[in-house]
Amino acid sequence: MQNLTKTIFLIAALAAGLAAATMPARALVEIDINKGNVEPLPIAVTEFISADGRGAEIASVIEADLRRSGLFAPIEKGAFIEKISNPDAAPRFQDWTVINAQALVTGKVTDTGDGRLRAEYRLWDTYAGQQLVGEQFFSSKDKWRRIAHIIADSIYQRLTGETGYFDTRIVYVDESGPRNNRVKKLAIMDQDGANQRFLTDGRSIVLTPRFSPTRQEITYMSYEGGQPQVYLLQLETGQRELVGNFPGMTFAPRFSPGGQQIVMSLLRDDGNSNIFVMDLRSRNTTRLTTANAIDTSPSYSPDGNQVVFTSDRGGRAQIYVMSAAGGNPQRISFGDGTYSTPVWSPRGDLIAFTKQTGGEFQIGVMRTDGSGERILSSGFLQEGPTWAPNGRVLMFFRQPAGSSGPQLYSIDLTGRHEQKIPTVNFGSDPAWSPLLE
Amino acid sequence: MRSIAAIAKSPACIALVAALAVAGCANKQVPNNAADLGLGAGGAGAPGSQQEFTVSIGDRIFFDTDSSVIRADAQGILSRQAQWLNQYSSYSITVEGHADERGTREYNLALGARRAASARDFLVARGVAANRIRTISYGKERPVATCDDLSCWTQNRRAVTVLNGGSS
Repeated sequence: MQNLTKTIFLIAALAAGLAAATMPARALVEIDINKGNVEPLPIAVTEFISADGRGAEIASVIEADLRRSGLFAPIEKGAFIEKISNPDAAPRFQDWTVINAQALVTGKVTDTGDGRLRAEYRLWDTYAGQQLVGEQFFSSKDKWRRIAHIIADSIYQRLTGETGYFDTRIVYVDESGPRNNRVKKLAIMDQDGANQRFLTDGRSIVLTPRFSPTRQEITYMSYEGGQPQVYLLQLETGQRELVGNFPGMTFAPRFSPGGQQIVMSLLRDDGNSNIFVMDLRSRNTTRLTTANAIDTSPSYSPDGNQVVFTSDRGGRAQIYVMSAAGGNPQRISFGDGTYSTPVWSPRGDLIAFTKQTGGEFQIGVMRTDGSGERILSSGFLQEGPTWAPNGRVLMFFRQPAGSSGPQLYSIDLTGRHEQKIPTVNFGSDPAWSPLLE
Repeated sequence: MRSIAAIAKSPACIALVAALAVAGCANKQVPNNAADLGLGAGGAGAPGSQQEFTVSIGDRIFFDTDSSVIRADAQGILSRQAQWLNQYSSYSITVEGHADERGTREYNLALGARRAASARDFLVARGVAANRIRTISYGKERPVATCDDLSCWTQNRRAVTVLNGGSS
């Protein structure tokens, strides 16, 4: 696989002779993401000027990213009055305010002549009559979608004040074949479903892939060789490696925030499971729990100081938080039903979970002390939330009653903007990557 | 291995229907196992054969929701398994633990493992040497019945004793 990390460079903010290009102008247009009910911001994304169709394609990827976030309402192109022919000149702002476009995106794409693309874009505040952002990016031609996602992230960040999440990927489990003999393959794709490819061949059951926070690497569980164990997979080389040398099943792996440890469950001979952490450099293993119970699905807090996990030590599955050194777990879930698959938000403020109650499966979030529980989605069978790197959106999988297989969905923290994520076959166990470098 | 598993699957459900008369199982199983019924038609099998183990002894036991306790109806099956295994001591076995789909993936891997361990411990207590027994959990990855109601879930919460040695 090619190195994705070195192909795109942010060169500089464009001054381009336009006033206020780099001044932190007091923008009229902004989105307060923390308000409960966010009205999507009307935005006009014009086709980028280009010699071929690439400019239109880039604009369309940007527009789709912004729309899917639920925070933006891209305006139909048929309503546009001004046709942008020179993206370096200021637009006629009244032409955009009259169609209620509060923000305007213009740009152009050119061939550098050495096999690369150069994309320039500007973000305008139409009511203030100001340029908010001007940037240019270079990439190899085949990475044009990444340029579009990076521009969408830049727009998102400028208008919401939050880091974006569009230049990211999803690793998940592709499912095909009958339900009683499923073929499962690891698959990876861009967060919008583009560029899907398989990472394993389907000969062994593979489950629960998770991204390294720091490297192009995932950890997952596989039945390779008939023994279910945790593995590491280097995305760029395809190299696989067994994690540790444990006598029993290892499962439910997840990286530490620094990427140097893997925390996971190890099956004991008596049938109970406890949580261990393994340092990938020293190979030292530390035991974090000792209960005669099922202890599983560990997930670190982003500061690395705590671990949240599922345990049935109290009789049924509930969520507990302990120090990353182990010991003294405190139960934090107290609602009606059972709780599992806790995942700590990258922002540190919330824990996402799967709750089973009243014959339904629910995806929800709670504060890290267990207060403020909110259910975002309920259904017959849905589980396994994973956080977008900005902690504003979750992805999970859902299988309605009577259906032949699960599919991936994303939902924002308001619970109002749910999106089905397109996959080749059925999909489960999604895991969101950090922002790409 | 794959063919053993496929053969082993079907007669047990026939045994289940006959022995336990679980409501709904017969209905759900007819379409799933029409072809398999032919396989079971060979009869009880020769003494000491795979077929005898799966058909006459019963290769699987079932569990209550979110439980790994060996039920009273399962104790009889496991006792017969132990007796048979003690008689035909050349077989090693794998006890597979399974969960239904009404739990989350990682928890169910752990639950399946606990069920396999419960069945193994029962067999060991009945005299089967521990070193003949390997356990594996499939969590909810390998349901035998695939409808979305209780009639299937009760069949999927199971521990299956698979013979490794002997014929293949």
